Amino acid sequence: MTLDSLLLVSAALFAIGLAGALLRRNAILVLVGIELMLNAANLNFIAFWRFSAHPEAFTGVLFLLFSIAVAAAEAAVGLALIIAIHRHYKTANVDRIDRMKG
Amino acid sequence: MNASWIVTHLWLIPVLPALAAGIAALLPQSRRIAAASLAIGAMFGSLLLALCAFTNVLMHLGGEESARAVVNFNWLQFGGSWLRLGWMLDPLTAVMLVMVTFVGLCIFIFSIGYMAHDANFTRFFCFLSLFAAAMLGVLISNSLLLLFICWELVGLTSYLLIGFWYQKPSAAAAAKKAFITTRIGDLGLFAGMLWLSYSAGTLLFYDNGSGTMEHTALAVLASHITAIGISAATAIALLIFCGAAGKSGQFPLHVWLPDAMEGPTPVSALIHAATMVAAGVFLVARVYPLMSFGILAGGSTTALTVVTWVGAFTALFAACIAVAQQDIKRILAYSTVSQLGYMMLGIGVGGVAVGMFHLITHAFFKALLFLGAGSVIHGCHDEQDIRSMGGLRKYMPVTFAVYGIGMLALCGFPLFFSGFWSKDAILHSASLWSVSRIPFYMGSFAALLTAFYMTRQVAQVFFGKYRGDSHHAPHESPAVMTVPLILLAAFAILLGGIGTPLWPWFTSFLHGEVTTFDAAGFYEPGLVPVMLTSSCIVFLGLGLGWWLYGSKPRQTAAEPDTLEVATPWLFRVLGDRLYFDELYAATVFRLNAGLAIAADWLDRSFWNGIVQTVIASVIALSEINTTVESSGINAGFDGGCSSVSFSGRLLSHLQNGQVQRSLRAIGIALVILLLAWFAFSWSVKA
Amino acid sequence: MNFALPAFFAALSIAGAVAALSLRNLVHCALALVLAFAGLGGLYVALGAQFAGLAQILVYSGAVAILIVFAVLLVRERDEEQRHPIRWSNSLSGIAVAVLVFIAIARILTSDSSLHRAAPAAPSATIRDIGTMMMGADILPLEIIGLLLTAAMLGAVILALRERNAVKS
Repeated sequence: MTLDSLLLVSAALFAIGLAGALLRRNAILVLVGIELMLNAANLNFIAFWRFSAHPEAFTGVLFLLFSIAVAAAEAAVGLALIIAIHRHYKTANVDRIDRMKG
Repeated sequence: MNASWIVTHLWLIPVLPALAAGIAALLPQSRRIAAASLAIGAMFGSLLLALCAFTNVLMHLGGEESARAVVNFNWLQFGGSWLRLGWMLDPLTAVMLVMVTFVGLCIFIFSIGYMAHDANFTRFFCFLSLFAAAMLGVLISNSLLLLFICWELVGLTSYLLIGFWYQKPSAAAAAKKAFITTRIGDLGLFAGMLWLSYSAGTLLFYDNGSGTMEHTALAVLASHITAIGISAATAIALLIFCGAAGKSGQFPLHVWLPDAMEGPTPVSALIHAATMVAAGVFLVARVYPLMSFGILAGGSTTALTVVTWVGAFTALFAACIAVAQQDIKRILAYSTVSQLGYMMLGIGVGGVAVGMFHLITHAFFKALLFLGAGSVIHGCHDEQDIRSMGGLRKYMPVTFAVYGIGMLALCGFPLFFSGFWSKDAILHSASLWSVSRIPFYMGSFAALLTAFYMTRQVAQVFFGKYRGDSHHAPHESPAVMTVPLILLAAFAILLGGIGTPLWPWFTSFLHGEVTTFDAAGFYEPGLVPVMLTSSCIVFLGLGLGWWLYGSKPRQTAAEPDTLEVATPWLFRVLGDRLYFDELYAATVFRLNAGLAIAADWLDRSFWNGIVQTVIASVIALSEINTTVESSGINAGFDGGCSSVSFSGRLLSHLQNGQVQRSLRAIGIALVILLLAWFAFSWSVKA
Repeated sequence: MNFALPAFFAALSIAGAVAALSLRNLVHCALALVLAFAGLGGLYVALGAQFAGLAQILVYSGAVAILIVFAVLLVRERDEEQRHPIRWSNSLSGIAVAVLVFIAIARILTSDSSLHRAAPAAPSATIRDIGTMMMGADILPLEIIGLLLTAAMLGAVILALRERNAVKS
């Protein structure tokens, strides 16, 4: 088990999340893709902490915990936004939510 | 005098009513009880503090230290020098503080009853409190500047209160008249203040030897002779007297005071009888050291001579006018003008104590008379014409009793009423005046007229039979109005006791000395003859008045006046107030209008020509500008604009509002960046 | 260091992620997402960060996944993607971008040999140590996170509240 293999796993998760966020039309699944990208970043924290010179400092772990808390907040707000959008536009299809077009 | 608590906290006296006014201003109109109790509570607090200050001065009488305590502080900095303000406590301030707060309190309480049905009750108490605050500020200030600030505030509240019923055109006009007329006097005061500040370098009255009212500064001012041959001290004193004359309704600036009776009666009592108009006299008393600098025993200075003549003339001619007035409040107003003239005369001939004594006694009995008149007006359903009254002694016994006391005090009925002692002191001083004896004769004749017109008024109002609308019988006023009247009546009698020749407490008090009981006071030269003469005059006036008006009372309101029957032309001239308003309309107003027309002509023909030329050239320039712009510059800009909007339209296709397309663009950009980075790092390695 | 366990969890999470984003049924997607999150949590535990792993499972597999299931149930899209099938060019460009990003990151990772290193001895990350640090040196971020969560909760509630004028229109 080496550091680069873990980082490759993280990169794969990130790419999968990005693909999901790009391809799926349902806003919830777009959010899921974003969550996966965030998790990929979280995995990086743990990986770098585990392979650092001073793992006893727990920096990565603490950062992960804060990141999880932020992600939880983001998920709650994001899903609330999706529900509000759904109620307003009667759809969760991101293609049809295009009020910002120029 | 060491700085005791009351001296350092003297500022609380004006600040309390000011706070009450501020809070009352924020109250909604419906909170009547809150506003009234606030104002009265604050006034009562001020009264207690004023009594505190008064006792403090009493305790220091005749001591080693001066009976004057001052507190000065820095206010504004101009360049390297500080503008200093301050307050002081001396016998003059103390006695005025007690008078104003006490009379004010009585009038505040009276107002509850008088203004009970007014929609703007809260506003009224707000203004009253503000007035009280400003007036108390005038009294305690130790700086001409601070005094001037409060002075103008007093003028403002006077304006607000005269115009309190601003829906009435006459009230609005009277308010404007009062404001503008006093402003003419204030202009003099302001000029005097500037001059004083320029010559003395300070505006503090007393400042441990370096104030303007102290010897060093006065000597400098007196030694400086101006271009017109009088000393700077005299000139400044005369300028300051202009302000005092405006405020105190002295001739020729008296015209606003009778009109000011358009305000509510408590206002007339508080402002235009007891306190504000007294501020002018107070100011003269305050700057008395300046007025009297270099005075010799029995002699006079230019400034004091002017004060004396103005006072004597005002006293006489206002009394003449009062004889022929029909409005109960207007009679009292002219009486006030006349009595203010008396006070000025007193200060001019006899010094501060003589004038101030009359001021204090007058404040009480004139407030009493005005409030009594208010009670009469209230009881007669807002009737102010004495021809339509009559016989009220049966309907309003309490008002009649106290009004009678006030009237006798004003007439100077011998021995038992305060007005006698204060008026006699003035006449006695006038009889000893070295310059001329004419002011004494003028004052004596005014005293005769005073007794006459007051008898005329009382006879028409209270005796005979009621001539008003018989369906609405007049009624006695409620206790909230009569109790302050009774209080004031008590003082109208008792106050005389503090200034008799036998026991001249008031004079000594103002001089900061302890009084001794001295029967020798009666043996002063000329005193007893003067007292006898003035008593005879009073009895003559009373008798004359009763003979003409009391013995055969008028039967109907339309009947002509007894005097009018005798000398119609004189009565008409006096009734029209000696045509002073018309004179001013013909001279001052016309001059003003002439100047305005001249200025208008100058504006239209001369300045307008210049302006028109400038305008024409500007228009021509702008025409050229327009041509250049539309043909040259505009075309270039239009081309630029259309190309910008075209490219914008092209680019706007990129923004179709779909988030995923944006995200994709970000991803592609990321890939391109990374590829570029690879390419760069490889090229570095290679 | 044991290779098998982390590899298993990594494979589990990647498989879950792929499933979560490719399945048609949204509920299945959510369940696959739970699997992916749990796999990551297991990976953290296997790497020695027990507390972080448990927090991951609690917060993501538990709370966030439940939230997503709720949202799926509230936002019922009937055959939305059948009626509007994904355009071929769109999906191709999306996959291409994702693959390109992966290749670019992987290229960086493999080109740097310093990253190819073994792990040092596992530290003993007790919960007590983490707690001490959190309540000690990191107290300010902790408080700020608490504030953020409160604000997020309030914001979510306000956003998800029924629109006032929605009834009228």
